[in-house]
Parts: sequence; structure tokens; C-alpha cells
Amino acid sequence: MVTIKELSKEEYLLKGHAACAGCGPAVSLRLLFKALGNKIILVVPACCTTVIQGPYPFTSSAVPLQNILFESTGAAASGIVAALRQRKIEDITVVGWAGDGGTVDIGIQALSGAAERGTDFIYICYDNEAYGNTGMQRSGATPYGAWTTTTPSGKKERKKDMPLIMAAHRIPYVATACTSYPLDFVNKLRKAKDMKGTKYIHLLAPCPTGWRYDTSKTVEMGRLAVQSGLWVLYEIENGKFRLNVPSDRLVDKTKRKPVKDYFATQGRFRGLTEEDIQRIQKWVDEDWEQYGKLTSNNASDLAMHGKI
Amino acid sequence: MSAVPKCRKELPVTPLSCPTVGAMGKTGSWRIFRPEVDYSKCTRCTLCWIYCPDAAITRQSDDSPKIDYDYCKGCGICANECPTKAITMKREEE
Amino acid sequence: MVQTIIDTANHLAGYAAKAARVKVIAAYPITPQTTIVEKIADFVENGQMDAEYIRVESEHSAMVACIGAAATGVRTFTATSAQGLALMHEALHWASGSRLPIVMAVVNRAMGAPWSIWPDLSDSLSQRDTGWIQFYCADNQEVFDTIIQAYKLCEDEKVFLPAMVCLEGFILSHTYAPAKIPDQEKIDAFLPEYKAGWVLDINRPYSHANLVSPEWYMEFRYMIQEAMENAKRLIPQIDKEYGKLFGTEYGGLVEKYMCEDADLVMVTMGTMGSDAKLAVDKLRKEGHKVGAARVRVYRPFPTEEIAKLAEHTQMLATVDRHISFGMEGFLASETKASLFNRKDRPLVAGFIAGLGGRDVTSETIERMAKKAMKSISVGSVKKETEWVDLRE
Repeated sequence: MVTIKELSKEEYLLKGHAACAGCGPAVSLRLLFKALGNKIILVVPACCTTVIQGPYPFTSSAVPLQNILFESTGAAASGIVAALRQRKIEDITVVGWAGDGGTVDIGIQALSGAAERGTDFIYICYDNEAYGNTGMQRSGATPYGAWTTTTPSGKKERKKDMPLIMAAHRIPYVATACTSYPLDFVNKLRKAKDMKGTKYIHLLAPCPTGWRYDTSKTVEMGRLAVQSGLWVLYEIENGKFRLNVPSDRLVDKTKRKPVKDYFATQGRFRGLTEEDIQRIQKWVDEDWEQYGKLTSNNASDLAMHGKI
Repeated sequence: MSAVPKCRKELPVTPLSCPTVGAMGKTGSWRIFRPEVDYSKCTRCTLCWIYCPDAAITRQSDDSPKIDYDYCKGCGICANECPTKAITMKREEE
Repeated sequence: MVQTIIDTANHLAGYAAKAARVKVIAAYPITPQTTIVEKIADFVENGQMDAEYIRVESEHSAMVACIGAAATGVRTFTATSAQGLALMHEALHWASGSRLPIVMAVVNRAMGAPWSIWPDLSDSLSQRDTGWIQFYCADNQEVFDTIIQAYKLCEDEKVFLPAMVCLEGFILSHTYAPAKIPDQEKIDAFLPEYKAGWVLDINRPYSHANLVSPEWYMEFRYMIQEAMENAKRLIPQIDKEYGKLFGTEYGGLVEKYMCEDADLVMVTMGTMGSDAKLAVDKLRKEGHKVGAARVRVYRPFPTEEIAKLAEHTQMLATVDRHISFGMEGFLASETKASLFNRKDRPLVAGFIAGLGGRDVTSETIERMAKKAMKSISVGSVKKETEWVDLRE
């Protein structure tokens, strides 16, 4: 288990980039490089990271980065992986780095195709729960009740459960992660790198611009999301479900912070009614009953077949 | 360092951008508040370093943080996360 | 050793991808292209092709996968038709903007709605603005030869653009005809190792295609136009070189038949070019001085070749297997555009024929020619565009 100090001092996300102050995805991209180094090819669809690079002739990425069309991270990665294999180059990791829009909405087809074909790459969805690049319109990953510019009275639908959708593809590794738990994310990335096949990591990356909180609270937001049980840290490794620290201790409802504590901190939830909050709390509690069953019974196949 | 093209002949065949520190210029100019470190309180935990979105904090040889004010956007994450409150945010003069 | 086979143009496209030593194919099936990808799947699985066939889940992904592979340093190939080509539209732009030498076979098919599986050129012609070089073939041998020539052209450092090699669905794609597959060693000598203008490389990291402001975007577009102009010069050279080595050539940009003394030249694209030659033979027997010019390369548009034709003739009659709604067929428009600023321009009349696979024979072209000749005697074109064999 690595410690923060053991992480390399080398920076491959160069300072002076275009991310908003307090950007969760930017912290996460730095962590990606700390985990994997620079022998990687990044595939980046239209998303915040497109803009974070900065404009031609400059870029803030010190690794080869292929910008690509919004829907096609999975497809571009498939092509790059095949070419590397044909050129017999074995020591480069292909990494798809996409926002939630380019993953759960417009990008889902190409990702699903790549996963179904067992494409040997790591795909990370850094989820700031809206279309950040274009100014915070809702995505399928926007949570119930959240304000976005296209859901001004709050989203009426629940968040799409992308990790479970990916698990149903029977890929060897699916994990959730959060910017606020950097070592957990780093370990998952390193584990993924050593596996063959499609590895999917869904990372909650708090966004002050979209979630409406003070820029200094980014890491705190992610922690609260996990502590309230709204965001669950887990892995599904070759079909086996496992909760990670600290989510493993939250099966006991009394250990979870009430969801209203989380909602109180962000402007995007200002429109939630008491009824909404209770409804959400109920959903969270129901989901956690299932998580509890999965861990205690080792009935991990349930996750694979979407029984949650 | 990148070669900024001065004329069409210097362009690559397709836009290929070079890794550059300060791709958006000196983003320190975005700041309203600046973080200041009280090294007497700093325990060298390096949390500020790992959480800086801008890689504007480097670890010195003793693991204490060095803030690059040319690029620090003043988000305040470092101050918020510091376990000993060794970093405080002060409003920029002017 | 030269192999003579009897096979369909689709299978020959597969043979060409094999002969070109393509390394990554990413394709999605669509009628009438399917037998190309099936042939390639066969070749790859039985070891005749040392390549990877990515069975992508849509045409959009097919083109993007080719982009990814080409950007990573290997020769790529794909094939599609109509709806599939339309689906990959934004990716076509991305490929040419990325200056990647991808070659794609387009089995021409009419666009829906409504569904039609039969040939016309609307699908590829409506992609004329995407920065792709476009070839239109008239027979099976030409499909094979042109794919090989296309790789040589596209990978030339003065070009570095993608190309589509178009062939009409069913007329060529599924029709068996004899063809010669040249000796692989000779093809390897003609077509060296893959080359592109850039590659994703951990030793020289770049961001490719991040934001380009108004300060430089126009210059990058100009460079694509320059590359097209270079392609215009190189295509006839490559065709000639290929002809010397392998025995078949196609006249470069425009294949001319009996145009030198023609009063009227029938300007066509694709298989109609062959029918036009038969029509010319018949009309000549009847005493009419008619010639046929088949525009083999639509992009870059052979403006100079059209102008040369115009020097010796009184009229050009274009036959479009396509209509740009609200205007006319593109071949007609661009022919006129090539001639507009000339002092002594010939008459130009446009015909629309063969949409949705309606048959166009040499007899149809004879009739068009006779109609066009009326304009010559009158000295003007009454109807800019005439639809052929349209039911009342």
C-alpha cells in the first residue's frame, strides 16, 4: 500500500493550465499521472480536460494525448491498442480519460463496444455530474434533484449507475473512486494497469463551478459524498464485489452521515425539499442493504447480473 | 519548450501542441486570495502538495511545501486540507 | 506471380487491403459493403493477413478507431456505404483535419429515407467537403488498383490526406469479373512502409488537436487545400507509374475516350463511364462526333482537365448519379465552375440519371447525347438540368 510521500514528484499535468480554481478533475488527473507515470497514451474526448490542456501551440499534458470526438473514446482507444499490438509495442498503457457526459450519455456506445470486445485499456470516467465543458448542463450522471442549467428546478431522474452497467459487460475490473481518497484511486489504477482486458474506474470528481461551493472545499465534498453513503467506494474484480475503506465500514447505517448534511453544502441542491431529501435517504439506505448482502454473502454474482 | 510558429511554414502538418508550463500564461493572476504557509506549524504531511489542482506546490527536500505564486490560482484547497492549519488564505493586496 | 481471379469488386477491395499490408481494419457491416469485411475477416482469421480486424459497433466508431490506429503508426482500412458513411461524417472531418492517410472503400448506395440498397453517388458526393480525396471506379480491376494507388498517394508527405475509393453497389460490388492480382513483391516495392506526418509517441509527447484559436485555424485549413492541389499533380504520376509496373492505368484524374475531335463530350462518373464509351462508339458510327470523359477523381476536382476538354469541344453534357436538392448535380455545378472564367466556354448541360439504382445503359446515354446535341445546333442550353427516364 503506497503512501502519499512515496508518490513521484514528477508532474505530467503542467501548472498554468486552464482548469477552474479548485477543479476536482485536475487533482484527479495529477493523481492519474502519479499512479501510472508517463508511459501512457491518453485518449480524451470533448470534456473539461479538452479545455484544461490550453490552446495550440501549448498543452499542459506532458504525455501523448489524442483529443477525439465526444462519443468515441472507446473507439479511439480500440484503434490505438490494436496499432500498438501490431507494432509489437508492449510497455505503453492506453488510458481513456472522459467526463461523465462522454461516458454515460453520448459516449456509452463506443465504451460498451470497446468493453464487449475486451479492449485492453483503462477507462476512467471522471464524474463531475454534469456537462462541465459546456457550462454545466445535465448529464445522465447528474444526481436526482441537482440544479444544472438544463434542470433549473432540479433533475427529476436518478443518476445512471454506470459502474454496474460496465460490470454487466463481464470485464475483469470495475471500480469506483473519489478524488478525496487519492491513495485508493492510485492503488486501483495500478491494479488496473497490471490486468489484461477492459478496466473501468468511475471517479467522483467534485466541481466547485458546477456544484456551487467554495473552491477550497473540493476534497471535503468528495469525503462527505463517501461518508454519507451517496458515493460508494468498491471494486468488482473478476466478478467479486468488495467494498473499500472507508465505505466498508458504512454498511452499518448509524455510521453513515445523513445525506442532508451533504446536500446542505452545495448550492446545486438548494432546491431540494424535505420530501426529496427523505426520498433520497431511502434510496441510499436501500442500496446499502444490497451492498451489505454482497459483501457478507460473497454473492458477488448478484452485482454482475444487476441484482442491486 | 514549445516552438511558437511565426509563419505558416513553421506549422506542423496538423495541430500538435507541445507540453508547456504556463499554457494559459501566469494563472497566478487569477487569484483573489493567496495561501501563506506557517512553516512552524507545517508537519510535512504533503497533503497540500497532492491536492493542489494546479501542481503549483512542490515538495522541497524536507517535504515542506513551496508555492509557485506565478501559477497558484488561490483556490484554497491546500488551506482547507492542512491538518494543522499551517496554511491560511490572505486577500491579495490591491 | 500475377494471379488472375474472377471475383467481385468487394472481394477485390479485400485483396487490395491485404496486398497493401494494412495492419488495422475497423469496420461495421452495411449492404452492399458486407462482403468486403467478410473477406477481410476470412483473410485475418486464416492468417493470410497479418492484421487486426476490430469489429466495431458502429461506423462512427469504425472511422474513429482507424484514426486512433493511424495516429499510432499503422496503415488502416475501412469500408462502408450510404447511411454508414453519413454516420461517420464528423469523423471524416476529424480524419482529414488530423492529416491521416486512411483509405476507405465506399460502396455507393442511395441515401434513406426511404430505404434503398441500390446504387447512386449521393452518399459519397455529399461528403465532398470533408477533405477526403475521392476516386470513382468503373470496374473491378480499377477498385483493386486504385486502393493500392491511394495508399501511395495518401502517404506522400506532400499529401497526408485520407481517401475514399468509391464503387457502385451491386453493379461492381457483387459482380464477378476477371481481375489480375499483381505479384506481392512488386506491390511491396511500389508501396513502401506506412508513413504519416506525425505519430503518438511517448518519447515526443504532444496533445493532438487541442483548441486552435482563430489565430491559426485558417492556416491549417489552407494546408489541407495545398495538399489537395499536390494530390492533383501526383495522381496522374502515380497512375502512370502503376501502369508501367502492373499494366493497368486509368488516365489519371479524368479518363478520356475519343475526346480530341468531339463536338460533344459526355462527362460521367463511375460505371456510367463504361456505358458512355459504348454510346460513343454507336454514335460515332452514326456520324456524330461524340466523346466520353469519366471523372475518376472528384476530389480534388480536375478543373484543369475539364478546362482542357473545353478547349476542343462545343459542349459538355454531365451525367450526375446524384442531386443536390435545391440546386443540381455536383458534377454539373463543378464543371460549370471550372469553366466560368474562361473566355470561350462550351455549353454545359446537366443530366440526372440512375438515382436509387435506376438502370443507366449505353442506350440511355445515347439518348442523353442526342438531346444535348440539340442544344449545340440551337447554340444554347434551354434546360440547365434534365432528369432522365423520370416517370410522369
